[in-house]
Amino acid sequence: MEERSTLIEADGLQRFFGPTQAVQDFSFQLERGEILGFLGVNGAGKTTTMEMLTGNLAPSGGRIELNGCDLLDNPRPAKASVGYLPETLPLYTTMTVDAYLRFCARLNRVPKADLDEAVATAMRRCGLEDVAERVIANLSRGYKQRVGLAQAIVHDPEVLILDEPTKGLDPIQVREIRQLIRELGKSHSVILSSHVLPEVEAICTRVQIIHEGRLVLAEDVSALRARMQHSSLLLGGRALPAPESVQGIQGVERVERLDDGRLRVFHDTQSDTAEQIVARAASEGWGLWELTPERKSLEQVFVDLTGASESEVQDTNEEMAA
Amino acid sequence: MIGIIAMRDLRSLFAQPLAWVVLAVVQGLVAWFFFSGVGRFERLQPQLSRMSDPPGITDITVIPTLDSAAIVLLMIVPILAMRLIAEERRAETIRLMYSAPVSMSEIALGKFFGLAGFLLIVVALTAVMPLSLLLGTSLDLGRLAAGLIGLTLLLAAFGSAGLFFSTLTRSPIVAGVATFGLLLFLWVINFGGVDLGPLQPAIDYLSMLDHYNAFLEGTIGTEHAIYFALVTLGFLTLSVQRLDAHRLQT
Repeated sequence: MEERSTLIEADGLQRFFGPTQAVQDFSFQLERGEILGFLGVNGAGKTTTMEMLTGNLAPSGGRIELNGCDLLDNPRPAKASVGYLPETLPLYTTMTVDAYLRFCARLNRVPKADLDEAVATAMRRCGLEDVAERVIANLSRGYKQRVGLAQAIVHDPEVLILDEPTKGLDPIQVREIRQLIRELGKSHSVILSSHVLPEVEAICTRVQIIHEGRLVLAEDVSALRARMQHSSLLLGGRALPAPESVQGIQGVERVERLDDGRLRVFHDTQSDTAEQIVARAASEGWGLWELTPERKSLEQVFVDLTGASESEVQDTNEEMAA
Repeated sequence: MIGIIAMRDLRSLFAQPLAWVVLAVVQGLVAWFFFSGVGRFERLQPQLSRMSDPPGITDITVIPTLDSAAIVLLMIVPILAMRLIAEERRAETIRLMYSAPVSMSEIALGKFFGLAGFLLIVVALTAVMPLSLLLGTSLDLGRLAAGLIGLTLLLAAFGSAGLFFSTLTRSPIVAGVATFGLLLFLWVINFGGVDLGPLQPAIDYLSMLDHYNAFLEGTIGTEHAIYFALVTLGFLTLSVQRLDAHRLQT
């Protein structure tokens, strides 16, 4: 079979739940070797989109092609090329890890002759060899998550769709799972959803921000990073000058004094403001002990992109923190 | 594919206490009915010996046992079937099958045959009791076979109805109660003395008990077999449609 470069093509996806529109006019493509992040707050439409891509939910409108096969007209080969990890892990908790993965492989039409190898490979990649004979119900949350991932990759699909793969894990487990996803990204194309920006930044090559069912931004992670590039500096020092005198430095737009005596300097992104500040601090003896570039937060990016009101962003903010 | 889904269901059923408890309860109850049937035969022995064409042990012991077994299973099958789809939707394990290259008919049939496999074990264990009489006497084996085939067809109809109700809701209990209600209704549908006039033949036709009794009489009547086949196929088709509709949910 020829190697296709475009693995997912979604065109004008729509989804209504009663009168509410959960997803509107959503189009995108996924190329081989990409790790694409769906970023958005809870309820933005990430899960709905993923359920449509995996055939769990029929779209109200639009078209989905997976690995060149239309999901509606030709569901069998289309679904065979996708592995899905839903947000709620689809685990039969009374089965052992080995029996469960065997069942998942058979369900995805792995030929009987290749079964042992497929299951062994999935277990090795997800670090499950030691628990192969344990009953899933008795595993820790982190291991259950790995079993969920193993289930998604056991038939070696072209595309992996992972809904909040690090949800509910502790920081060490999060790091392990991210490492694993990055590893899988080398041989598969991956879509993952998240409501935390650092996660998407850490794993993905491309990001799509979804807000209220609409695609508001689709670009490379490096471009997103640039967009969020620092536009302010925090200064701390033993003898900082008055804000007005810092104002004079080239590129500085505004200076405010914080309660603890530090200064926050807003500047444009063209000039090398930091460099000039350091030069001034050295020549005028400010006794500088802190110079921190501040990044735009995700909620600021949201405001820029969606023009949402401040109070909405406040809610968003709380959700992100949660 | 159907076999894979059915085998998984069957295995996981036996990994839990439910299957064993059901087997024990059904076996215990049927054994009690069988035991009283044997006692009845012994009590009637003197009168029977005076009759010219007396009913045999098959009439007096075996057939009533199968009759009571059906009633026990009418209550048990809804409990076994209620979790088939409802539980999978509640635990969201159903997504595994929805995302896999598996059709809705394969899911429905896999679930159905998983349950059917268990019910066949029940039928086999039920059959052992009458067959044990062969150690001491002779049986009307043809009639016993007809009865067992009838019981099997009846259980297929019970199971498919249970499967259908299990696709309607995420709550297994709701599905179980609904299934039990429907099956009991179809069982007793023409018990009442009221004559419903032109509707009466239709009502009589719907009675599961009448069709089952025809098998217990010892005949494998095509029309009765067709009745059970229609009920089973009907509920299976409806189940497939319900599974399809889950993806369209609004």
